[in-house]
Amino acid sequence: MAVGLPENVFLTRLDAAANWARKNSLWPMPFATACCGIELMATASSRHDIARFGAEVMRFSPRQCDLLIVAGRVVMKMLPVLQRIWLQMPEPKWCISMGACACTGGVFETYAVVQGVDRFIPVDMYVPGCPPRPEQLIAAVIDMQEKIERTGTLSGREFGGRTAPAGPPPFDIDELRRRREAVPVDGLEIYDPPRID
Amino acid sequence: MPLELAETSDPGAADQEYLWTLNFGPQHPATHTTLRLVLTLDGENVVDAAPHIGYLHSGFEKLGEYLDFNQYVTIVDRMNYISPIANELSWHHTVEKLLGIEITPRCKYVRTILGELMRIHDHLLNVGAVALDLGAFTAFLYAFTQRERIYDIAEYASGQRFHSSYTRVGGVLFDVNNDWAEKVRQFVEGFKPVHAELHRLLTRNRIFIDRTKGIGVLTAEDAINMSVTGPLARASGVVRDLRKDEPYLAYPDLDFKIVCARGGDCYSRYVVRMQEMQESLKIIEQAVENIPAGPINVDAVTDITLPAKPAVYRSIEGLIQHFEVLMPNRGYPVPLDEGYGATESPNGELGFYIVGDGTTRAYRARTRPPSFIHFAIFPHLIRGHTLSDVVAVLGSLNIIAAELDR
Amino acid sequence: MLAIGEVQSEFGPEVAESTFRDNRRLYVPADKAYALLAWLKQARGFDMLVDVTAVDYLDYPDASDRFHVVYLLLNMATKERLVVKTALNPPDPELPTVVPLWKGADWMEREVFDMFGIRFAGHPDHRRILMPDEFTAFPLRKDYPCKGLGERHNFPVITRSES
Repeated sequence: MAVGLPENVFLTRLDAAANWARKNSLWPMPFATACCGIELMATASSRHDIARFGAEVMRFSPRQCDLLIVAGRVVMKMLPVLQRIWLQMPEPKWCISMGACACTGGVFETYAVVQGVDRFIPVDMYVPGCPPRPEQLIAAVIDMQEKIERTGTLSGREFGGRTAPAGPPPFDIDELRRRREAVPVDGLEIYDPPRID
Repeated sequence: MPLELAETSDPGAADQEYLWTLNFGPQHPATHTTLRLVLTLDGENVVDAAPHIGYLHSGFEKLGEYLDFNQYVTIVDRMNYISPIANELSWHHTVEKLLGIEITPRCKYVRTILGELMRIHDHLLNVGAVALDLGAFTAFLYAFTQRERIYDIAEYASGQRFHSSYTRVGGVLFDVNNDWAEKVRQFVEGFKPVHAELHRLLTRNRIFIDRTKGIGVLTAEDAINMSVTGPLARASGVVRDLRKDEPYLAYPDLDFKIVCARGGDCYSRYVVRMQEMQESLKIIEQAVENIPAGPINVDAVTDITLPAKPAVYRSIEGLIQHFEVLMPNRGYPVPLDEGYGATESPNGELGFYIVGDGTTRAYRARTRPPSFIHFAIFPHLIRGHTLSDVVAVLGSLNIIAAELDR
Repeated sequence: MLAIGEVQSEFGPEVAESTFRDNRRLYVPADKAYALLAWLKQARGFDMLVDVTAVDYLDYPDASDRFHVVYLLLNMATKERLVVKTALNPPDPELPTVVPLWKGADWMEREVFDMFGIRFAGHPDHRRILMPDEFTAFPLRKDYPCKGLGERHNFPVITRSES
């Protein structure tokens, strides 16, 4: 027996409805540390206007946000702060790693800079560039929306299965110490990162 | 029965129990980037402030010892990232002083124009951000639209809109052309009404004046004693501008004034920045009409600058010279000596202390960062003011975290 | 213009002078550094301390001392610049602080301590400034590698299922 639907009524899955609502109302948490932060500001302001894509409500309290944008390099002293902010954000939450420094350390291959935030927190989207143009960030937000629409669930079970960090595994510090002691060094360049497959 | 108010504080007692401790940062919108302050509050009044820095320390100076003089310009760019080319000018100014190179007149003018554009760039962001923090959002949007125009000019010259990495030892990356000069002229014309509009939005705005006037006063003696330079020192009445005192680039030929104020408060700093933009416009207007013809890099016979691309592709001499500059065991002669050079960056005296050891890399590349020195005076400025003044003072100091921590 | 003879009659002949481009430099032994700087400020009007930094000459050609601490001074009245250098050696490089003379020296000296491990006796707030407090090395010394000793990887990992 066919059931007639009155006008203005749509049938959908609950997940899809929730995803539709979520993807069009992303509230970014700008974790702006360096140069990329200025491009993030440029993206939000007059010429590029991220409000066109429903992601303009920058909130500086992690409790209110569902999209973490890590804009700029993260250094040793800052990483615990980043991890704490990530833990403070409520589920469901996503993370965009903006710029070469946040993705891989970029040009700053030094003692203090974390070589990619994805070693220590989960990352959903990488934006290359140093810094990325605002158009690139907007493209990332659009891709993020598409990803949320495709994979999001109401109960958040899409996150449950991911037990490993997204990026390459961090180096084993004891292994590094062992290598360092094994190599007869004259002081410089004793650090030899293991190959990542 | 009237309530009897308890006697409030004696301000010196910083360890009293009724004082609050408030952590401000390192991730806070008004810090713009990564600054951290631990404020001691008596009610709403700030008794003391302890800045904690290093949240963006990424080893710039160490990298300077591993990259050669041309490569390090990419790192220097990322130092004061709201006016990148100003840093490049300072770096290569010092490198050229170390190597003893005199750049061509055309290069001097092009660098001057870019330096002044960067001054406008920097001051625009600062004025806009101060206004944003104090609740005037419109000025921020006006400022950012103009910043996009300057990005366009930098992109036209170098190919990159943000971190241009445009200067090279003894010259620049590409020569500029008439279209570029036309773009600069258009910017200057278009900027004048916006500058007037910014004045109308802020300069006599009652709320803005109430929030900034008399706040964070720095006297001239303190400014000198605490090594403060740039717009901050000039707002306190210190007449000091490296463009006049130790003229470099094309500044001796150009007619401009040093902007000073007497107040030393946040409002004076704002006014000084606004007026400096006006002076910068004057400089750009004069310089863009007088760009000399001729080569932009120093003579191609030297082994310092890269030859032009057509010469590399079409002549054996150009190819050899290209190799001579780029091969790691060749390069240019660097004296076994060390020197300090500084330019007037938008934020103050940005200097480099370079030690050369005969190779094409610096043995030590020390930066004298104005933000680092300016942030040190913050506790001195904020003591006795209220909590809401913290953002006003912080904004007026224009602290750029990457320059602060390097 | 400061004459070298004047300095030498005041502080002895071991104060040497050299020039490079427009930089004038005075070399002074570490034990006389504070006295010279105080004299320059109080009697000669060098009222601004532009910068304090240090250089590690570990593998510099023909270097005799390990560290040089460099003070860049400026006379605001005559706009004259002066560089004062003093040599220090391990194991315990130490200088008296100049914060009583110039308040601006506070953070600069802390940074030199943080990066090179040169102590400044009498400094009011002698802590690390840029690196975390638990960091033990001095990164700008030449025997410390650019990429560090693995400190940057020594953090807990947060995975999706934990957060």
